[in-house]
Parts: sequence; C-alpha cells; structure tokens
Amino acid sequence: MSLSFLLLAVAALCALSFYFGRQRAVALSGGRHSNLHSLPVHYGAYTAAWCGLPALALLLIWYMFQGSVIEALIVSDLPQEILDDSGRLSLALNSISLIAAGNGQHLTVEPEIVDAGRRLANIQTIANAALVVVMLSGAVLGLSLSYRKITADMRARNNIERIARYVMIACSAIAILSTVGIVFSLLFEALHFFTKINPLEFLFGLEWSPQTAIRADQVASEGAFGAIPLFVGTLLITLIAMCVAVPIGLFSAIYMGEYASPKFRAIAKPALEILAGVPTVVYGFFAALTVAPFLRDNGAILGLDVSSESALAAGLVMGIMIIPFVSSLSDDVMSQVPKSLRDGSYGLGATKSETIRNVIFPAALPGIVGAVLLAVSRAIGETMIVVMAAGLAANMTANPLQAVTTVTVQIVTLLVGDQEFDSAKTLSAFALGLVLFLVTLGLNVFALKVVQKYREKYD
Amino acid sequence: MTDMASLMEDRAAAKVISDNLRKPVDWDSPKIARNIKKRYAAERRFKIYGLVAIGIALLALCMLATSIGSKGYSAFYQTYVQLEVHFDPAVIDPDGTGDPAVIGRANFDGLIKQSLRDRFPDVTSRSDKRDLYGIVSGGASYDLRERVLENPSLIGQTRTIWLISGDDFDMLNKGYIDPTVAEGDRRLNDQEVSWYNDLVEAGAVEKQFHTRFFTSGDSREPELAGIWGAAVGSFYTLLVTLALSFPIGVLAAVYLEEFAPKNRFTQIVEVNINNLAAVPSIVFGLLGLEVYLNVMHLPRSAPVVGGLTLALMTLPTIIIASRAAIKAVPPSIRQAALGLGASPVQTVTHHVLPLAMPGILTGTIIGMAQALGETAPLLMIGMVAFIVDIPGGALDPATVLPVQIYLWADSPERAFVEKTSAAIMVLLAFLVLMNGLAVYLRKKFERKW
Amino acid sequence: MAAVSQSAMAAKPSVENPKMTARNLDLFYSDNQALYEVDLDIAEKQVTALIGPSGCGKSTFLRCLNRMNDTIDGVTIKGEVTLDGRDIYDKRIDVVQLRARIGMVFQKPNPFPKSIYDNVAYGPRIHGLVNSRDELDEIVMTSLERAGLLKEVKDRLQSPATGLSGGQQQRLCIARAVAVSPEVILMDEPCSALDPIATAKVEELIDELRSNYTIVIVTHSMQQAARVSQRTAFFHLGKLVEVGETDQIFTNPKDERTKGYITGRFG
Repeated sequence: MSLSFLLLAVAALCALSFYFGRQRAVALSGGRHSNLHSLPVHYGAYTAAWCGLPALALLLIWYMFQGSVIEALIVSDLPQEILDDSGRLSLALNSISLIAAGNGQHLTVEPEIVDAGRRLANIQTIANAALVVVMLSGAVLGLSLSYRKITADMRARNNIERIARYVMIACSAIAILSTVGIVFSLLFEALHFFTKINPLEFLFGLEWSPQTAIRADQVASEGAFGAIPLFVGTLLITLIAMCVAVPIGLFSAIYMGEYASPKFRAIAKPALEILAGVPTVVYGFFAALTVAPFLRDNGAILGLDVSSESALAAGLVMGIMIIPFVSSLSDDVMSQVPKSLRDGSYGLGATKSETIRNVIFPAALPGIVGAVLLAVSRAIGETMIVVMAAGLAANMTANPLQAVTTVTVQIVTLLVGDQEFDSAKTLSAFALGLVLFLVTLGLNVFALKVVQKYREKYD
Repeated sequence: MTDMASLMEDRAAAKVISDNLRKPVDWDSPKIARNIKKRYAAERRFKIYGLVAIGIALLALCMLATSIGSKGYSAFYQTYVQLEVHFDPAVIDPDGTGDPAVIGRANFDGLIKQSLRDRFPDVTSRSDKRDLYGIVSGGASYDLRERVLENPSLIGQTRTIWLISGDDFDMLNKGYIDPTVAEGDRRLNDQEVSWYNDLVEAGAVEKQFHTRFFTSGDSREPELAGIWGAAVGSFYTLLVTLALSFPIGVLAAVYLEEFAPKNRFTQIVEVNINNLAAVPSIVFGLLGLEVYLNVMHLPRSAPVVGGLTLALMTLPTIIIASRAAIKAVPPSIRQAALGLGASPVQTVTHHVLPLAMPGILTGTIIGMAQALGETAPLLMIGMVAFIVDIPGGALDPATVLPVQIYLWADSPERAFVEKTSAAIMVLLAFLVLMNGLAVYLRKKFERKW
Repeated sequence: MAAVSQSAMAAKPSVENPKMTARNLDLFYSDNQALYEVDLDIAEKQVTALIGPSGCGKSTFLRCLNRMNDTIDGVTIKGEVTLDGRDIYDKRIDVVQLRARIGMVFQKPNPFPKSIYDNVAYGPRIHGLVNSRDELDEIVMTSLERAGLLKEVKDRLQSPATGLSGGQQQRLCIARAVAVSPEVILMDEPCSALDPIATAKVEELIDELRSNYTIVIVTHSMQQAARVSQRTAFFHLGKLVEVGETDQIFTNPKDERTKGYITGRFG
C-alpha cells in the first residue's frame, strides 16, 4: 500500500470517527444540545483527533527508524570480507537495493548479494504491511477508546482545545527542531571530518584540492583541505557584490523615499522588487552566459586578461540580485527616522540632500549597517550564481578578473555525484557547511540585534 | 564634508562675521550667493545619483530580460525537414502480421536513413553518411512508429512527411550557426551546409511550433528535450512543501501570536525563526541530505525529500507572514468574541483566522514562489539526476524546473542554450503568475481597520 | 518695557513697519481648505502669540511663514506673505535662504542625533557662515549662551544631544535656530512637551530673545500667551478672528468667539 493511499485511509478513518463521535454525542444528548457539556462537533473533533494523531505519530516514528533498522538487518547477514571494505560495502548495498527493486537483472554479483537483495525485498514487503497494520490499528484503537469515553458531561471542548494547543506547540517546536537538526547534522559529519583532518589545517591551510582524494588506493590520496583560498574567494565575490549593491541600493532607496513622485514610485518600486523575485539559477545563467563573455571580450579589447569564470562576473550579478534587498531594508530604516528631525533640518534652511546626508543618514546609520550585514550574509550563502559563474579553481587572489571558488561552490561540487560518507572529500563539505552556517548565523544575529535596537530607539 | 573643506580654503578670507550674531547676515553678499549656488549644485548631483542608481538597477533588469528573451524565444519553434519516406513492408512487418508488437520493434530509424540516402544519392562514404543522418533527429523514428501504429495502412506506401531535425541542423536554420565563417570553426561542414541549402531551395525545411518542448521529459538530444518532466517534479515537490509548511506554519504562527506565554521558550522560538529565515538555502540542503537520506533512508532524488527540505526552508517565511497578518486583526474583534463567551480557540478559529487568511495566503504563495525557484538545496539531495521519465508520484525520481535549467545550462550543445532560456521563461511565467495572485489577493482583501 | 509707544500701534489690526505680513492667505490640503483669507501683521522685535482651539489653523499659518508647508505633498497656498516687504512665495525667493532668515522651533524637541556642538554648528556650517573653526566656536558659544544653556553644557559639548533633558533639548533647539542669526523665530508650541520648570525657563528665554528677534509663537496655553507675548491673534476654524495687543485681547476681546474661548466656554 503506497504512502499516499495510507494517508488517505487514515484521513477517511478520521472523518468516520468525527461522524461517530458526533453521532454518539447527539444520541447522548437526547436531542437537546444543552444536555451536553460541549457542542456535538467538539465530540466529533475529539474522536477524530484521537484517531488521526496516534496514527500520524506512529508513521513518523516508523519512518525515522525503518531505514536504519532494515539496513542493519541486511548488513548483519553479509559476509565479513564485504563488511571490512567500506567501498565494497556501499557498492554491495547499492546492488542489493537494485535487486530488491527488481532492477538487478544485469548485475553480475556474488550470490550472497543476490540473496540479500531478495531478503531485502521480503523485508520491505513485510515492513510495508506491518506499517499499514500498525498505523490502522493505532487509528482504530484511538477511535474506539475515545468513542467510549464520550459522555454527556465530558468536557470535550476543553479536551480538544488542549490537544489543539499541544499540536500548536509541536508546530512551533519544529522551528527549533530544524535548527537543532542543522546544527547536529553539520556538527556530526564535521567532527567525523576533523578526525581525519586537523581542524587547524582546515581553517588555516592555504591549499585546497580535495578532488584527489576520491579513492583510497589512488596515489596522493590525501588531498589538501586548507580552506583559506575558499574563504578568500567568498570574501572577494561578496566584496564585489557589496560594492554594487550597497551604493545602488542605498541611493535607490533615498531617491524612492525622498525625491520620487508617487507615480514614479508606483512603477519603479515593484520593478526593483522583481529583481528580488528572480530565481538565483536565472542569475547564474545570466552571469555565465551573458555577463562573463561580455567582460572577457571587453577585457580583451582593453588588453586585460579576464578569466571566463571571473570573480567579477559572479560578483556583479550577485550585487544586482542584492540591490532590492539593500534598498528595501534601508528604505524601511530611513522612513523610521522621525519626521521631526527632518523638520528641524528643513527649518534651519537645509536642502533635501543636506538633510539626508547630515541628519537622516547618520540617524539611520545603525539600521543601515544592520541591513548591509544581512546583505553580506546573503551574499556569502548565495550558491547558484557562483556555482554557475565562478570557477572551481581554488586560487588565492584579490584580482577580480581571475577565477576564484567559494565555500558554497565547493559544497555543491563535493556533494553532487558520488558521496562516500567515510571519505574526507565528502565530509569536508559538511565542515564547510558548518563554517558557512556559523558565519551567517553570527552575522544575522548581530545584524538583527542592531536593527532591533535601532527600531526601539525610534518607537 | 565638502562644505568644511571649502571653509578651510577660505580661511585666509577676512574674519568678518565674528560678531554676526548682533548684526544680521548679509544674505545678498557674493560669498553667500556662491555658497548657495554650490549647495544647489550638490543637491542636483545628489538627486542624479539616486536616479542613476535606479536606472542601473532597472537597466540590469532589462538586460536580464532581453538576454533571456532573445536567447530563448527560438526554442518554442523547431526545424522540421520534409522527406519522402517509403514505409517498406519488408522492414516494418515482413510477415504481414499486422501485430502492433512486431511493428513496434521495427527499424524505423533505418527507413529514415534510407530516405535520406535516397534524397542525397551521391553520398557514399561512411563519415559522410553519418553527417547525413544528423539532418534528422534520432527521435524522428519514434514519431514514425507512432504514425504507423496509429494507421497501419501506411505500410507499403510512400509519403512525404515532416520529420524533426537534428540539433545542429536546427541551429543552422535558426541562424545560430553562421555558414560564412571558416569551416573548421563551425559545427557543420560545408557539405552539410550545402545539403541544408538544397533542402531549403526545395522548400523542405520549415519551423513548426515545438509542442514537444512542453510535453516531454529530459533528453540528451536538445531537440527532444522538454520541460514537462521537470514541471511535474516541481509540482509534486511543491505539493509536499505546501502540505507540510502551510499547516505547520499557520499553527505555529497562531500559537506564537495568540496563545504563547511570554517566556523563554517563546523567545527562543522567535529568535530562531528570524534567524532560520536568513540561513543560506544550501545549509537546508545539507540538513536534508543528512537527516532524510542518511538517517531516515528516504529515496534519493524524490520530490518527497525535496518537498520536506523546502518545507523547512519556507516555514519561517510563512510563519512571519502569518504572524503579521494575525497581528493586523484588531484586538477589538477578539474582545468582542471573548466577551460573548467564546473560548480562545473558538475566537481564533471563528474570527481571527478567517480575517487573517488573505494575508496568510499571500505570505504562503510568496513562500511557495521562493520554493519553486530554489535550486541549491535540491542539488544536495540528488535531484540533479538525468531523468527522462515523467515522474508519476512524489516517490519517483524527479528533477524540478530550476534544477533542469541548471543542468541544461551546463550542457555543451549550442541548442541547449535556447532550451535553457526557454525553460527560464516558463519558470518566470509561473513565478509571475504566483506573485500576481499574491498581489491580487492582497489588493482584493486589503482592509483598513 | 518699551511697550508704551508700541501698545498704541498694537491696538490696530495692522502695525506700522511690520516685519512680516500675510494678506488674503488661503491654504488647502488637497481639497480641504485650512486657512481662510488671513490678514495678519507681525511686529518687529515683539512676541506675537497665535492662540485658538486645536485644528484652528494656527500651526498651519505659522508653517506658512517660513514655507515649511512646502515639504508636505498636496498643499496649495493663495495670497501673499511678505518679509521686509518682499513676497516670500515669489519664485525668485530661495527657500533655503528664507528658512535661515526665519528660524523655527518645533513642538517636540528634535535635536539631531549628533553632539551638542554639532547640533548648534549645523546651521552655520550648511549656510557657510563661518570661515574658521574659531568663528564657529564663537557662534556656538554665543548661541548656547543666548539660549541660556551654556552653563549647563559647556563641559560636555561633544556628548550626544539626545542625552539632555527635555527642557535642555528644547533650549538647544532654540540655540540651534539662533546660530544662523535669523531675523524671525517661529515657535510651534515649544513648551507643550516640557514640565513646568522647563517651561518657565523657556518662557524667560523667549522674553530675553525679544530684544534681538521677532518672535511668533503658537501656544495652547492662554496663560503662556499672556505671559510672553505683546500681541495676540486668535484663530478659529481657519479664520483669523481677532488680533490686537495682548492685554486688550485678554481683558477686553471684541469678538464673541474670542471671549468665549478665553473664558473657557470652548476649545
């Protein structure tokens, strides 16, 4: 039974129990709702909740453990020599799952593995059937228990409201859970990585070439995991992006907020916001196929040697992407500067630009700094533009015309394609992810604090 | 600050105004007049900076649009070549069984090759023949088979048929390959160009609307590749995302806004949500890879995993938008309901939520639009695979529109450039539609309290 | 008091040699008319108080006198306002210069988020009134002195102005206005955000400033108008109802509406 069908079945059971609960309440009331503590729908909702929630919880728990349990069952029966070789093991597991899915006819593998594949298919069938049984029995059990508890003076509304409250708390907790999930999954694999590579070497090493470490039996299998070139590349591109986005974003915000006629604003503002809604993959395409060749050709005319994957192209396009971000944030911030300060300046005979430069801008500066920091954090974490327009070469250079690589580019290249969770190459992506997460988190926390402090000041 | 600098320059000038507080400033003095002039010039300059900034931003937008549009519009048309095909019974159905299974296995490719050889009989060498076969796409044989299966009476006849052309030929016809440059610098040699000219003169080359682009899945051959597979993948992914993030997001927002006590837990949740909204999307990809694939062993490349990952990513957007919408409902409404004896939950479900719904939906649509355009986290969970089949459900391997764009952008064939641009246009069209809907909702239900 | 000779003139609706005049002044916010044909003279080196119930147009009128209404969208003005006989709404008049000649102090103290010194120095700097740091120092000191603030702040000129108390902030704003040596100072309910002690100080200050500047003050408090002003104008529903010497307005108002307002029957 497929998952969607199972979910539908549970939903149908919920609807049924709603009906039963409601019917029972109506029957108990003897036709007068005032004999009941709560409305009939509350009784219905009560039984429906007790039917659906346990089933969903069971499903969730089941899926959390099913994969690892089945894998453990299969692995435990494999011959020792396969278990000892991690490369062979992952290959074997791959073949086993292919065979189990019925796609393994063309494989030439040991009979043990064919057996294991069949066993896996069996286990999967059993597991699926068991899941159906467990879920449905959970649902029915919940239904019958709650159905029996219904009496005329049961506080069904209070009960269902308490359940609703717990469900809401659980939903809010998911926000925390996903942070915890991020931290743990990054930390877990990164620590795994640091048992192979010294963290100091990773953070301060000057050479990055993880691609050599694909197979253990290759010569020079160690690779080099010094991330400084990636940090330098990321910073270089971020810097270029900021050089584009901050002045243009700020001046657009100023013009929109202080000078533009309402008509102009009504057209230009949404147009600017379109820039923010364009998917990053589109910017990446634009950078790689339009901007980079343009820069290269024009650079050649000027006698400059511009790499076709130059940091400049990626940075420029990233800057364009961030313009609306900077402009809308700083617009917000500047419009919060109280009108009395403007009046004070105009009243002394200052011109508009003098008022903006000498009064509004300094007053809004903390907020603007916060906005710029948020933009920096975005630029650092931006992936697609750099994946498509910046290179893979881990050059340590401050020359924007050369190719550089960034943290995000490396994470993508390391994790797209074959992943081996015991090789330093794959694991290093998580270490990079951890650094990326910590840096952006630090920037965000700091920037949000600054902005909030600023808001409080003028509230 | 320029004022200060000029003041320093004027330091040598007479110290006249030392007692200017007693006698009024002479506003008509040349010095003041000069100063005023300078100030107004600065004012104009400043204003121009602003205009220039907006101009640059809008110019960038225009360049982006024209670059995509000019590269992509031609992908909606495809070159077809007219050939005389003889439906040779000896090839299609030698025993005259009429059995569709037999016909289906027949070598239609051979028929096309034969008719190409018939059209250009002077081609003899092996390599020339290979070039010759490149005029027609490898996919044309499937079309031919469909045709015969639909209408078996064709067997034995000779018909003039429009066949889909190969990608290089298509590029030549669309003008992307310049036949005037040196032979070594273009993908087609002189002989191929002469075949093309020959066919054009005979009126046997034409561009037709390229429906296949909208109906088929990915392919290694640009002329056969379509976006339908990716679109369906995107649909399933978004479905999962919506099914998870909408209820969870709204419930969390309701809790935080209406029920949560102001304690440490709520505070942590709030800070958390604000920060999650700014976590780079690729980090969510790493989370998905580790938790869904490595720990829970969900299938790789499946929309369900993509949806789960994107749901976590969109959650903060939806929560923040929903909270704003809920906050905008005036307290008087809550007091009225509570005053009538409604419980807090009833107050929320009967009054607050319906009133906040337009705002919540707007936020949700915007969050979905973000998710639709998201690429990086999906690369992490294996949705970059080359998948030809149209996915039939959320558990089948699939790719999504932005990833398809990424994949095509990486392909070396010239013809994929126009496909990529066209796919971008389709993606943008969806995004415009979604955002338009959000704007419409906001306008329609906008309410001033 | 040099008012003996002036009081004779002040009894008339117009004064001789007025510093500023308004004639037939109409003002519209988009389609709503806020001022109706206001005729008023502002006597030089006197304090003119504008009183009236809230929304009567007195603040609006005040903001017409230095064209602060220009910064609001949708405001149109008809009629004539003159400074020393020249129409300030004339195209050739430069607003920036005009506002330097006619300073303004606002309802709520609005020091810029800069140091005390920079607040006062702001006007002279933008208008290019000084040639050296010493001159600027002198202007700042003199202005603070005039605003009666120097003693309180002279040791912390570089500390942020927002750290001052409300009354000090308002006097700083007055010092800031004085620093460009304006001819007229407009004050829009300058004491409404201040406590009584701070109010007393500001009122004292206004009285001192009168010897050098022409002052127009909008006030909600009739006592304040009576204490600080020589002439008083009563506005009602966008119209100037009555204007005259303060003593006369408060003791013997000619118009019934004025009488009603002053005796507290409305407002």
